[in-house]
Amino acid sequence: MSDSAAPVKLFEKKERIFPKRVWGKYRKIKWVVMAITLAIYYLAPFLRWDRGPHAPDQAILIDMPARRAYFFFIEIWPQEVYYLTGILILAAVALFFVTSLFGRVWCGYACPQTVWTDLFVWVERIVQGDRAARMKLKKAPWSFDKLWKMAVTHSLWLLIGLLTGGAWVFYFNDAPTLIEHILHLDVPMSVLGWIIALTFSTYLMAGFAREQVCTYMCPYSRFQSAMFDKDTLIITYDEDRGEPRGKHKKGESWEGRGHCIDCTACVQVCPMGIDIRDGLQMECIACGLCVDACNNIMDKVELPRGLIRYDTTHNQDQRRAGEVEKTVQTHILRPRTFWYMTILSVVGLVMLVSLVNRAPVELHALHDRNPLYVTLSDGTVRNGYNVKVLNKTYEDKYFRLHVEGLDGASVRAQGAGNVQIDHLHVFADSVGHFRVFVTAPKQSKAREDFRFVLEEVVTNGAEAGEQAVYDTHFASRSQ
Amino acid sequence: MSDNNVEKDDFTGVETTGHEWDGIKELNNPSPRWWLLVLLATIIWAVGYWIVYPAWPTLSGDGERGGTEGTFGWTQYDQLKESQAEIMARRAAYLDRFNTASFEEIKANEELYAFAVAGGASAFKDNCATCHGTGGSGSAGYPNLLDDDWLWGGDVDAIHETIRVGVRGEHDETRYSEMPAFGDMLGTKEISDISDYVLSFTSAGDYDGPGQELYEQQCAACHGMDGRGIRDFGAPNLADAIWFYGGTKGDIMSQIRRPKHGVMPAWETRLDESTIRQLAIYVHSLGGGEE
Repeated sequence: MSDSAAPVKLFEKKERIFPKRVWGKYRKIKWVVMAITLAIYYLAPFLRWDRGPHAPDQAILIDMPARRAYFFFIEIWPQEVYYLTGILILAAVALFFVTSLFGRVWCGYACPQTVWTDLFVWVERIVQGDRAARMKLKKAPWSFDKLWKMAVTHSLWLLIGLLTGGAWVFYFNDAPTLIEHILHLDVPMSVLGWIIALTFSTYLMAGFAREQVCTYMCPYSRFQSAMFDKDTLIITYDEDRGEPRGKHKKGESWEGRGHCIDCTACVQVCPMGIDIRDGLQMECIACGLCVDACNNIMDKVELPRGLIRYDTTHNQDQRRAGEVEKTVQTHILRPRTFWYMTILSVVGLVMLVSLVNRAPVELHALHDRNPLYVTLSDGTVRNGYNVKVLNKTYEDKYFRLHVEGLDGASVRAQGAGNVQIDHLHVFADSVGHFRVFVTAPKQSKAREDFRFVLEEVVTNGAEAGEQAVYDTHFASRSQ
Repeated sequence: MSDNNVEKDDFTGVETTGHEWDGIKELNNPSPRWWLLVLLATIIWAVGYWIVYPAWPTLSGDGERGGTEGTFGWTQYDQLKESQAEIMARRAAYLDRFNTASFEEIKANEELYAFAVAGGASAFKDNCATCHGTGGSGSAGYPNLLDDDWLWGGDVDAIHETIRVGVRGEHDETRYSEMPAFGDMLGTKEISDISDYVLSFTSAGDYDGPGQELYEQQCAACHGMDGRGIRDFGAPNLADAIWFYGGTKGDIMSQIRRPKHGVMPAWETRLDESTIRQLAIYVHSLGGGEE
């Protein structure tokens, strides 16, 4: 060992990847997906949704100061954050489901890391030229030509980053108002901070880190291989047909050799920098660009397409065994996909039911602890409660509060103005706080259970209003 | 270990440090460049810190606290003052309105009322909770402020006055009452009879005994013929379910023989008028407040 010239390097320096331009079916799909996802990202905050005069009219809005999140017809309050958990579970299981069917297509087409990297590579190509030109420029010594090309590339990257960060903050503020503020350079520090942070994270992730994010940082990409089985669509190189590979001159016979002409087109276009002919690798994001590249070559050498293609291991085995291939994908319904689909449906259904049954009015009563009870001069006992009435509707409402299940109890509200227990005013989309006293004769039990009942006061002729109950207890003596 | 005697790792050609653990030798690789750069950056940052912030103690004791002051002139005391000023500024918006409004106006205004209750609650915990408890429910000898039994009156004005001047305190206008020690004038039998009669106010059944006559002679002047007390004298109601110094016969006899008298300081000299007003509204809001 030690007598060899160069000592072994334990750390390999990262090789920059310069994906070559390619055209074809999958490249086209990638452009379309990019256009759609970017359009959603940039335009969604400008969609309007009328919620009446007491709530914002932005369709998608996370209103941090007011502690509300809006998504079209859905509004959630902070304590309903489990809807967010539900969405994350849905997203995760949907990812598993899609992955078990079609492999890592999320990674290859729709993941923001892929979309923005694609966009950045496109900018790089427009300014500096295709793969060969970019590699040459990288090696070239600094000159005016290299300087301006680099400057333009990085400026454009930063500009895209700025737009990315700029769009992000619209999801947390009223977009048209904020745009006006930004145009007048009058933005709060929080907004400015987010714009700067996302500008630079976009610049860094899509400009420099790129495929390393997928290979080393992303947890999803690591455990997605656990969803694979032999019926999952993956990018395959048809070894039986391609090998032995070798250069081919026009007019030469294809007898006794494979169809792969070792042109390395598939390697040059790969954004992950791998050689798909080595088989399925953990880096592969299933974007299909090598399929496009190889198909174009096959067309040129007048051989059938599909030397590299989306295929399943199962299909490959069948072909090798000489069996007839039925369809591209033979097994859609498998235990794996069935269970993912079941989980997806159950979680979706639970969320839907809970969303439909979401109470528009909620009642909470917090029993005083210090002291638990007060003895009054006539021998009766009084308990205090902090009562909260959540009015999640978009209308001001009046409520009547009474108690059920407590003998001889009377209830009153204490507060500013002329606050009446049978006429509690709660503003639209807000929480009403009331100090409530319940007075009753000493009960036989130290803790007597009873129920607060809240009923909406409706004007004559109107339908029955909202109702809410809260079970709590009444203390008459120390335990 | 001399330099020409340094062991080199066969595999990588890197020098070892000479440290060995279970046959594994530590290689003397340089620190990663990024790590070194971060270290240097923090050192430079620290130098900047020394210049702009108070950092070094000085022999002469120059500077406000015996050290370098830093070009920013920053101190923790200033920072505290700033944040206090910020809170005071926020409070001022309400305080001006609160100070000029009457109790009636405050009770009718949701914002001012909430401000008063919040301010009062905080002042109560600092000043009153020691005797009356953090919840205001008092204890033996210290009145419960949540019930509807008031010695000196339970509307906001009366509560405000009691807080201002105190009870049996050093203030010129202090609330004052003193029950004579009847142990010097009456015998045990008579005191026992009076106690029986006092207890009969709140128990079922008619009282028939010598206690009634004694009560009417000795006690009714302050506590009233019906035992309901007279607030102008600060004389407690004896006909309700609340006993300040205990409600057993023994407690009552002991109070007649040698009465206890609690003292509450006058808060006018300790708190500003605004805080006393907030306290009055807070105590009134606890549930027993009278109109």
